[in-house]
Amino acid sequence: MSRDFDAIIVGSGPGGSTAADVLTAAGWSVLIFERGKNYLVNTEKPSELLYEFSNDEIKFWSRHFLGPDPWLEPRTFRRRVSEGERTHVGEVNNLPATVGGGGTHADGKVPRFREDDFHVLSDLGPIDGATLVDWPLGYDDLKPYYAEAEKLIGVAGEAGSNPFAAPRDEPFPMPPGAPMYCAVVTTAAAERLGYHPYPGPTACNSVPYDDRPACNNCGFCGYFGCPIHAKGDPVASLRRALMTGKAELRPQSMVAKILMENGQATGVEWIDAEGEHHVEKAGHIVLAAGATETPRLLLLSGLENPEIGRNLMYHFQTLTFGQLPMRLHAHKGRSVTHLQDDFILVDDESRAAAKAAGLPWFKGGLVEHGGAAHPMLESKFYPWGPEHKDMMRASPMRDHMVGFTMQGEDMPQSANRIDLDPEVRDIFGLPVARITYEPHRHEIAASEYYGPKLEAILNEAGAIWARTATSPHVGPEMRQGSFTNSSIPASRHVVGTARMGTDPATSVCDEWGRLHDVPNVVVCDSSPFPTGAGYGPTLTLVALSIRNSRALTT
Amino acid sequence: MARYFDENQYAIVQAACARLIPTDQDPGATEACVVDFIDGFLGAFESDPPLIWAGGPFSGRFGGDPRFATFHRLNHRDELAWRTRIEGSLGIPERERLGPVVGLQEKYRTGLTALGDDFPDVSPEEQDRRLKADEEFLELIHEHACEGMYGAPEYLGNRNQVGWSYIDFAGDVQPRGYTDEEVSQP
Repeated sequence: MSRDFDAIIVGSGPGGSTAADVLTAAGWSVLIFERGKNYLVNTEKPSELLYEFSNDEIKFWSRHFLGPDPWLEPRTFRRRVSEGERTHVGEVNNLPATVGGGGTHADGKVPRFREDDFHVLSDLGPIDGATLVDWPLGYDDLKPYYAEAEKLIGVAGEAGSNPFAAPRDEPFPMPPGAPMYCAVVTTAAAERLGYHPYPGPTACNSVPYDDRPACNNCGFCGYFGCPIHAKGDPVASLRRALMTGKAELRPQSMVAKILMENGQATGVEWIDAEGEHHVEKAGHIVLAAGATETPRLLLLSGLENPEIGRNLMYHFQTLTFGQLPMRLHAHKGRSVTHLQDDFILVDDESRAAAKAAGLPWFKGGLVEHGGAAHPMLESKFYPWGPEHKDMMRASPMRDHMVGFTMQGEDMPQSANRIDLDPEVRDIFGLPVARITYEPHRHEIAASEYYGPKLEAILNEAGAIWARTATSPHVGPEMRQGSFTNSSIPASRHVVGTARMGTDPATSVCDEWGRLHDVPNVVVCDSSPFPTGAGYGPTLTLVALSIRNSRALTT
Repeated sequence: MARYFDENQYAIVQAACARLIPTDQDPGATEACVVDFIDGFLGAFESDPPLIWAGGPFSGRFGGDPRFATFHRLNHRDELAWRTRIEGSLGIPERERLGPVVGLQEKYRTGLTALGDDFPDVSPEEQDRRLKADEEFLELIHEHACEGMYGAPEYLGNRNQVGWSYIDFAGDVQPRGYTDEEVSQP
């Protein structure tokens, strides 16, 4: 069997870039496929950084600069099978399709999971309708890889500042960056009410780090690429891999299929920018296309494990916002600088509330303290006519609004899944991912319980008004101006669609990310997560990618 | 010189935008040349590279080389997507993969015809009545007016940054950024 590379890596986001870094450091040759364009790093040595990201609301908010273009590469959505084949075609919780993947647009909050998150079922017991399982590994297994991941992507934070954090042995690689003024106000209010906000571990340089500059607080952070590469988008790992001379990065190259012979993967079929199909061979295939595209590729490759694509989880976001009397200038700084974990804990009071809602328990999630930022987006919410400019000058939304996003933990459900849409095709002619998803009443009940508590913090901070919404929206959709209160989740935290476990009958891969059916295919993104936790997935998927990749080479 | 609109259409869009974001003690859509933003978008492919994605990383307004004005080249797939959105599918098979698409150009032509050639000359009350008569077109032109008022000037609106200055917004501040004190203090 010919073998041109030791490994082919599908996807250049945090998972794939990390795998490339680890594998090339061990002397492996790798070929990295990325369907999107490359604005990050020159593919040829010396692989200098590229500078195409900018403080530009039009490019990033209105024109899909980071991709995918929802007309070229749509997804489809329905809440449940009874709604028909689909109710929506277009953008569905898209992560960027570009070199660097989800690392490019994130505001980079990268907390570790807590010890409890790896055995929720054993600790708290089952919930009706949820396919809860323990992880096949625990926090202690992942702890050294968490530390390594924090160094690799460059995390600023303050050890000991979060009393509910899992134990750690070392300081963060960098101290925290400047707290946003809005967070100074809301964290003080939260503390007065007995909560425990802390400077969030952030993949954004507070000092020069790894040949990249310190963040200069430009404010175009979440949803924007960083113009100066101060963010821990995975450019550092990617560049290190390229500099070994053992890695090749191929942007605008779509992997269409994993090729297999006798239960082993032999390579991939891929489509170039001109639409031509090609084949590349390798000893291993590393899948890091994200928890929507990875199961899609497994299904496109003809794999038949019925668990593929199931147990899709997002975060059920509780969005509590209010208006403060003073100007908050949340357009300066890192989008979000503070977090609190109080609502992740299960205590007697939350158990009582859960019981009243007919559940044995429920969990909320990480709470991000943040404000709104830019005028173009703001302006679309205001009425037209003479009022428009009065509103823009007074700026109740951009300059006075502050609030919280609670990243509520989703229950895994078998019916929530990715499969192949039976009719809709992307520009490559491939069936697109169809998302079937609706929240479990667990996360709705948790949101109803914690929403008023979040509003109480805003009232303590002196809010003139405070309101709570959720994403996904529950109930009939509503439109306000050009915005829809949508039943499509917006979290961009996508996990769970290639569950890891020891039993091939109930899981897709093992604890090392190896497919049960094709063990030389290794998943290095958030698809294997058995549960979602109430934390963003990035640091955990990078830690798993290090662990899985290193296991391949030793 | 307009890229897409004829003289009449240009005048109607300008008058409509002046109702949406009026001039008062501060400049409005007229001074920001919001109509040029919309014309530049509908006529994006009159330029090479087209006016879809401005360059990076800096505009030059706070230092660095002024790169925003050098727009990105599109690959042929992106060109297909943006031409389909702007021009419509026009019966071209590769533009109808997901079904026929009514382009922005046609939406504007239809919307402006409905507003009427005399739109710039009728009373403000009559202008508002006509704008409200077609909610879908109103939503579209409102969205574009906001982008043209508050987006980067390189897209031909927000002339002289009037959309940013009247709300005391500095715009794209790279590579200067803000100091830690500016971030953390009231």
